[in-house]
Amino acid sequence: MGFLGISKTVLKNFVTGPVTERYPFVPKNYPAGARGKVDIDIAKCIFCGICQRKCPTAAIVVTKEPKVWEIDRLRCISCNYCVEVCPKKCLALNTKYSPCSAERYKDSFAPEKA
Amino acid sequence: MSERTIIPFGPQHPVLPEPIHLDLVVEDEKVVEAIPSIGFIHRGLERLVEKKDFIDFVYVAERICGICSFIHGLTYCMSIEELMKIDVPERAHYLRTIWSELSRIHSHLLWLGLTADSFGFESMFMQSWRLREYILDIIEETTGGRVIFGSAKIGGVRRDISPEKMAEIIKKLRGYQKDVRALFEELLKDETVKHRMKGVGLLSKEEAKSLGAVGPMLRASGVAQDIRMMGYASYAKIGFEPVVETGGDCFARCQVRARETDASFDMIYRCAEQMKEGSLDVKVTGFPNGEFFARSEQPRGEVIYYAKANGTKFLERMRVRTPTFANIPPLLSTLRGCQLADVPVIILTIDPCISCAER
Amino acid sequence: MNQQTYTDIEVKDLLSTASRMKDAGQRLVQICCTKLPDRLEIHYSFDKDYAFTSFRLTLKDNSTIVPSISKVYWNSFHYENEIHDLFGIKVEGNVVDYQGNFYRTAIKTPFNIATPAAEGEKKS
Repeated sequence: MGFLGISKTVLKNFVTGPVTERYPFVPKNYPAGARGKVDIDIAKCIFCGICQRKCPTAAIVVTKEPKVWEIDRLRCISCNYCVEVCPKKCLALNTKYSPCSAERYKDSFAPEKA
Repeated sequence: MSERTIIPFGPQHPVLPEPIHLDLVVEDEKVVEAIPSIGFIHRGLERLVEKKDFIDFVYVAERICGICSFIHGLTYCMSIEELMKIDVPERAHYLRTIWSELSRIHSHLLWLGLTADSFGFESMFMQSWRLREYILDIIEETTGGRVIFGSAKIGGVRRDISPEKMAEIIKKLRGYQKDVRALFEELLKDETVKHRMKGVGLLSKEEAKSLGAVGPMLRASGVAQDIRMMGYASYAKIGFEPVVETGGDCFARCQVRARETDASFDMIYRCAEQMKEGSLDVKVTGFPNGEFFARSEQPRGEVIYYAKANGTKFLERMRVRTPTFANIPPLLSTLRGCQLADVPVIILTIDPCISCAER
Repeated sequence: MNQQTYTDIEVKDLLSTASRMKDAGQRLVQICCTKLPDRLEIHYSFDKDYAFTSFRLTLKDNSTIVPSISKVYWNSFHYENEIHDLFGIKVEGNVVDYQGNFYRTAIKTPFNIATPAAEGEKKS
């Protein structure tokens, strides 16, 4: 006969404390491999445009003249494809996500003028 | 004969946040007939193959469903690999199996929570979703995404799990397996749950076969059919036995899922034992040509990917038949003659995923 | 990986084929329609003990009336409603006929029309 079989688990929860994290107050620890936002080391970028061609959602726009690397953060699906194909390995996935936004915005990166 | 009334059920319903609408024809409290209508969120993803090339389409395939995302991507890859005659490396097969089974565990735990919630067992809902969160953490550690794994690709997998990481995961999983087992036991031994589910939503073996039921719905009616028996990925190597129950009612479907979840844990252990070092992917050159139906077993049942290619970058047709779509006719048959109050329970025991069914 | 057989059939043989498969204890796996530049193909797929059989029906356009197999396989009704709504295939004698309201799409038969955007991208 099983009645209130779950009460054991429920009672255990009273003593073990909450399992949830108090997120905005306690910062979230992302595991090492988490796919967050794409970061670029713009000094190493050669503006070849492979990432733009391979991006499945067309989030990346690379212009050669003037040298600008742009990413639409809301289009990006953090699939890691651009990081894999980058010939100079100047792209990397951060474990943190890009901040929330109510409207579309682009992050542009341009190399510093020497 | 008493008067007949039509009660609309869904697409907005407290227990079923899925966009399916059912017109329930009732006589007093008894459902005489159920007429489904879907199509609220038809997205036409299948036609997107005309715009996305066959390599990029993996991302679309994964996003068809938020729960069985990995197996969607995997089955799509399987169909293209068959067309292009690609031999996937052994290690990639094992990794695919591990991720498939992790996604099965998390899907079944999600289902358990929703079903328990549908008959008011809210603490069960909380407990099962808490355990699911640990599985999602493992998924995030290994693939980088909680729900969209993004780790299957044509010709192999994108990421590897190092032996140390694998040992750590196995250790964690052994602990979770005990918790999950205890949780399912609490559900299956509870008198109230039995009272609510035994003999409700009966589907006989013959009906299940002739109405084309798939997945746990079919196996709960005593038919031993599981696409994993065909031995795709590395199921042939790790050994696989389909889980079968003969009850045919809602309770039997719970039993099937409980045992399947347990079996999934064991399969992950076996994969980790047998897995050898090796390459993760092969280089894909050329374009697919021909047609093929790839099949695999999702947590909800058999999924079919039909790919027709003409030797160019874009496929001509991609067709997805998801398990929920096949399970709608058996659902209508089980709803006939049930009590109105049992409708949510019956619908939830087929584990519906309507957005997946409409693509 | 697994055996798959494809057989071409005519519209007139469809019902007899379906009954034959039903008698053989085959399970209807799916019905799927494919739009090709010059024709439409409908696949009727069956399965028994993991052996997959598919029958290919080729139509010139969607003016041909296809008999419904829902009297043999009741569960075919939603596949047939689907090909009717998405491709405009005329299916006759469906036991549960939604009259084109299975998928409530803004554009009728969305899978049977060539979208200009799709064409343009293919060329480039």
